Amino acid sequence: MAVRTEAIGKQWDPATYEVGAEKIREFADAVGAANPVHRDHEAARSAGFRDLVAPPMFCVVYSARAMAPAILDPEIGINLAAMLHGSQEFDWDEPVCDGDVISTTATCSEIYEKDGKGFYVFETVSTNQDGAETVRGTWTNIVRGV
Amino acid sequence: MTDLKPGDSIPELKVTPDKYLPHRYAGASGDFNPIHIDPEFARQVGLPGNILHGLWMMAQVARGSAQLAAGDPRALKRLSVQFRGMGFPEQELVVSGTIKEADGDRVVVDTVAAQGENQVIRNAEAEVQLP
Repeated sequence: MAVRTEAIGKQWDPATYEVGAEKIREFADAVGAANPVHRDHEAARSAGFRDLVAPPMFCVVYSARAMAPAILDPEIGINLAAMLHGSQEFDWDEPVCDGDVISTTATCSEIYEKDGKGFYVFETVSTNQDGAETVRGTWTNIVRGV
Repeated sequence: MTDLKPGDSIPELKVTPDKYLPHRYAGASGDFNPIHIDPEFARQVGLPGNILHGLWMMAQVARGSAQLAAGDPRALKRLSVQFRGMGFPEQELVVSGTIKEADGDRVVVDTVAAQGENQVIRNAEAEVQLP
């Protein structure tokens, strides 16, 4: 069985995420991000942020909503039981703060086969309520035994 | 301008995720894949036990790199990683890095995250804006 490449270029509807202070604090605790700008509104504002600010890797929280339908799409045809997260890249721009509304669009950029494995590459672009780009992600999933 | 130059090491970050860290990260991130939180399920699918979320380990690489800018969330401009091994709770994770390029107040850091000899993230590259 070979990988199906017809879905390269497919784009899914944008997924929206409303950022909240407690979610930022919960995420900062889970990853050990100790800077008070992730917990205290005043500390964040005096450091020059619009409001309480998320750690950079918080992007996985709001991007995941756009990635789920892509990975589960039957046209992509990923065998989830055999899927590994191979590599990941994020390029950050505008910080994400309490109260932001983030919209993320996922696109399938590559599907190919190498050494009996299927490689599925997705790009996500996230923007805030003012249209400023917050992060761009490249997600590479590897499926064994395609 | 930075005093850092190619070949310099960055301070190591050491963190030991406790037994229930994967549960807290699952809640925080929304990734409840049972291989991360259910040891029994993990063993049924051939793993030695429940494994750490790769993106949690990536967050430790992010944190280790951002130490160069006192953890300022604006400092990390780009991070790319390759997941190359399974990480486990209750084992120390060490993030270490070497400056690859230094240009003005921007540096590119080559980073590795390992539990003992087990390199769980390799070829990680972080671009950091220094204060």
